[in-house]
Amino acid sequence: MITENSTVVSIARPKRARTMVSRRMQKIPSSGIRRFFDLIASIDGVISLGVGEPDYATPWHICESAVYAMERGRTMYTSNYGLLELRQGLSRHLEARYGLEYDPGRELLITAGVSEALDLALRAVLNPGEEVIAPEPSYVSYAPCTIMAGGVFVSVPTYAEDGFQVRAVDIRDRINQRTKAILLNYPNNPTGSVLDRAEMVKVAEVARQHDLLVISDEIYDRLVYEVEHTCFASLPGMRERTILLGGFSKAYAMTGWRVGYAAAPADIIEAMMKIHQYTMLCAPIMAQVAAIEALRAGESDVQEMVADYGQRRRVMVKGLNDIGLACSEPQGAFYAFPSIKTTGLSSVEFAERLLKEERVVVVPGSAFGSSGEGHIRCCYAVSLPEMEEALERMGRFVERHRR
Amino acid sequence: MKEILKVLEQDARTTPEQIAIMTGKSLAEVKEVIREAERDRTIIKYKTIVNWDKLGEEQVWALIEVKVSPQRDVGFDAMAERIYRFPEARTVYLVSGTYDLAVFVTGKTMQEVAAFVAEKLASLDSVQGTVTHFLLKRYKEDGEILVDRGERGERLAISP
Repeated sequence: MITENSTVVSIARPKRARTMVSRRMQKIPSSGIRRFFDLIASIDGVISLGVGEPDYATPWHICESAVYAMERGRTMYTSNYGLLELRQGLSRHLEARYGLEYDPGRELLITAGVSEALDLALRAVLNPGEEVIAPEPSYVSYAPCTIMAGGVFVSVPTYAEDGFQVRAVDIRDRINQRTKAILLNYPNNPTGSVLDRAEMVKVAEVARQHDLLVISDEIYDRLVYEVEHTCFASLPGMRERTILLGGFSKAYAMTGWRVGYAAAPADIIEAMMKIHQYTMLCAPIMAQVAAIEALRAGESDVQEMVADYGQRRRVMVKGLNDIGLACSEPQGAFYAFPSIKTTGLSSVEFAERLLKEERVVVVPGSAFGSSGEGHIRCCYAVSLPEMEEALERMGRFVERHRR
Repeated sequence: MKEILKVLEQDARTTPEQIAIMTGKSLAEVKEVIREAERDRTIIKYKTIVNWDKLGEEQVWALIEVKVSPQRDVGFDAMAERIYRFPEARTVYLVSGTYDLAVFVTGKTMQEVAAFVAEKLASLDSVQGTVTHFLLKRYKEDGEILVDRGERGERLAISP
């Protein structure tokens, strides 16, 4: 046993001649943010802009509905597809918001968050060696999940001067006979960008011409500012070739509940359900009950939180520009993705030294792919006093490291 | 207008400069809206919610239910005014139900509050009766939870 004052003694284990870890997993690196965990734990007084979740607790009426359900003994498995009542609520929700009709019986699947839904989608559609094209910077799991599903991840760099919007022509240029799907994530993590409807229509045209699937991760659909979110599946002809992924984590501040969904044509949902059935069985029933309540009565919470994020976004963007980290106004999610060019540091150097010297956590842009290099991700779902303190510290840091 | 007032309602110390950034409006416009709202008493006052319990400050609060007979022409308003003019009456509402006026009264001791009720409130001509509820514990004040709940939502410092 190791106590606080004792010396750490490694427990002798017989050495194995070879690693038992699969070649596939040996090749997959840990997430770029993993290394920061230990560093952060060793430092006091840290302000974090490195989070990827709301700073609100789940609205109480949502929590209470889950508590009530548990009190009544609703603690069992659900249908593999998820509670029918939730799928019906979701079906009504998608129709009301985006004019999309999904059959709650065959075209919706409730998952343990969008992360699981993405994994299911990739595994359900990819044959070995088939390619998935995705704009980059991209969410950290896209490339590894594609590889774990036996596919090949093909990134399309996006640029600050385009507001990190992907160009349809850049997607088209990467299509070959192995291409199976386009993987989109707008509003985007980490850049906060939203794809213009006009460009989205062009991407849809490319998908149609080349007979590709589109996996659209729209977990941030409700978090948009001064623009309307366009659901990719709602574009003409796209419902039949889109796997729409969504969830409750960001809009309703429910990250820890792990509940999300996939909406797609029945044959794809059926295939995804098979994997889900054998690996997850079902999403936690408490979370599903809470999600029903969120859809039923959570709209005012969403609007209140979005209004609040919208204000904090302006403070963050102005603050970053004022200290010399150029940043355009993101229109979605809760991230700013400023350039750190003025410092001449790499994004990992910047993040590590900022943490050590000024005790502020940001996420290096390179964690989201090589085209994220030269940027950092700053989450503005933090309180205003914290944000102001963080910006002050970052201002000092940038001043010191200005090249 | 509403957006600016909502920011101030959340935190009255937010400066016009900060509000201008948060709302994307010009500083001049923000200042003008606030000035106008103060002038026409849309903004009544800027106050601080203090948790006096933390200082061990002895302060007694009571909710007094007051049943009154309404008067011709003025209804309950004249009676309400007789009551709200007392500085001891900190909050006065006209309510529906089994009584008419809900009056929050404060004093240094229970005796002081009891004396106010007996001598000043109950003795008013139109008052038919009072019921005094002494306040035992404050859990939430004007939307703010006052009790320490011990636990705090713990977010990871870094997450994808």
